[in-house]
Amino acid sequence: MKERRYHSVRLDKSQCRACTNCLKHCPTEAIRVRGGRAHIIDERCIDCGECIRICEYHAKFAVTDPLSALEQYKYTIALPAPSLYSQFKHVKNRAAILEALKKIGFTDVFEVARGADIATRAIRDRLEKPDAPRPLISSACPTVVRLIQVRFPSLIDNIVDVRQPMEIAGMVAKDEFCKKNGCDPEDVGCFFITPCPAKMTAIHNPIGHKTSAFAGAISILDIYGKLRSYVNEQMMEEPDNDTTPLGVGWGTSSGEAMAVCPGNSLCVDGIQNVSRVLEEIENDKLSDLVYFEGNACMGGCVGGPLMFENNYVAKTSLRKLVDAMPKSDPADRVSRSLMQRYPLYTDQEIEPNSAMQLDENIAVAIQKMDHMNEILDRLPGYDCGSCGSPTCRTFAEDIVRGYCGELDCIHILKERIRTMAQQMVELAQTKRE
Amino acid sequence: MEGLIHEEYYVNKGDYVTAGSASADMKRKLRQLGVSALILRRLAVASYEVELNLVIHSLGGKLIFDVDSEGVTLISEDRGPGIPDIEMAMKEGFSTANDEARSLGFGAGMGLPNMKRNADEFDIQSKVGVGTTITMRFLLK
Repeated sequence: MKERRYHSVRLDKSQCRACTNCLKHCPTEAIRVRGGRAHIIDERCIDCGECIRICEYHAKFAVTDPLSALEQYKYTIALPAPSLYSQFKHVKNRAAILEALKKIGFTDVFEVARGADIATRAIRDRLEKPDAPRPLISSACPTVVRLIQVRFPSLIDNIVDVRQPMEIAGMVAKDEFCKKNGCDPEDVGCFFITPCPAKMTAIHNPIGHKTSAFAGAISILDIYGKLRSYVNEQMMEEPDNDTTPLGVGWGTSSGEAMAVCPGNSLCVDGIQNVSRVLEEIENDKLSDLVYFEGNACMGGCVGGPLMFENNYVAKTSLRKLVDAMPKSDPADRVSRSLMQRYPLYTDQEIEPNSAMQLDENIAVAIQKMDHMNEILDRLPGYDCGSCGSPTCRTFAEDIVRGYCGELDCIHILKERIRTMAQQMVELAQTKRE
Repeated sequence: MEGLIHEEYYVNKGDYVTAGSASADMKRKLRQLGVSALILRRLAVASYEVELNLVIHSLGGKLIFDVDSEGVTLISEDRGPGIPDIEMAMKEGFSTANDEARSLGFGAGMGLPNMKRNADEFDIQSKVGVGTTITMRFLLK
């Protein structure tokens, strides 16, 4: 029995109507409907949140921390994702939002955009290495990294070994806060203000490093109302920090690519689109490309499942805020000495996720696939989802894995009943000899 | 009992709509069989190249995909036109791709050399007017 994997996306049984909408939209075929409700296969879920978006009964939700989690720490630091700023379209300056975060209970605030500035420099360094894989793939979106683990394991070596801006910001924030105030790191809790469930999962199950700098993550949607009431839209002054417009730009798709490698990068948003392009990278069709930025959500983080504003509106709002900032570059605002002070690079191997594998023994796996193909030949190929598996192919796979039987297919069942009915008629018509 | 996966994919000349789908299906199967990432990558590149070769250069043909517990065999058989000078065709940068293919980014003359580089065993037989058969073998260990 494999260890149950933590993930943030969950199902509220009481709301689930066992429809098949979520089945069809899951990019890793991680959902099944059995026994009158949906189930998420933990090993396969990459926390993209597509099912949260598609479920009209709101049966899918993301587990994040409540504001009351702050009470466990003497000091708390809010680390807002740059995409948070996109939710307030009339705000002229980030300072208004940073101040509001303090008013809802945080001791201090540290922008993840600053972490993005540091990551920008670290990735630029990596791109200068002559033996860097082409294209180098961004590690910022945890859902894309997990998608690669599940569906494109051969691309793991292309993922840049720089930690996510969130984690970098968390380390720096905690360290600087403790130095400035002379307090014990144990007393300080860093909370990520998150646009998506994937980041929550990344805190519990970090990819590429052992532990997270965060105590938890708070959903933007959860605090939006409260935060809004404290935001002073008239506030004009710049926040007193080194954050650059490029760092803030990471909140929308192409922001990272523009900061890291404006000359020869490709940016793709939306999980299905990302899958298609990763397929091309795997086939070596894009080997002249230097950097690939993939965002699971449309528009980038501004389109996260835990956002309030429409993603197109949000993208424009953030763009306006970025354009209004004084020009500066991470090369001038992030010092080499700062970069040497923190572990900016990953130190754990990213492993392929074997959840799609039929068996650990290849000879057995071949037999199972053979059996699967036989079953598939008997199935109607409608991909209707009535059996509870997303496609006929996955249904055949589920039978081979022992999760269901052929009669769970209503079309096969119908056929079987027809045959039985005919046999009964024949029996009834048989004359006594 | 030794199991065996056997699939055949028919590939039509000039069919850019479905180009790459055979290679994608093979990749999915190999992933389910638990083939290592390194070998998967080599197979991805070679199978995609060989499939596109059928679309771009041949009059049509088929791909035969066999998996046993030791390795994967991929055979491409086409109905012509055949390659007059195999040695020349194997050179990097040599291509006879038409403008349509080039406009789609193909025809850099890396196809055959790329296949050979990625496969553990590579064989090519061709007869003008008859067809070309490429046989590649990938070892799983």
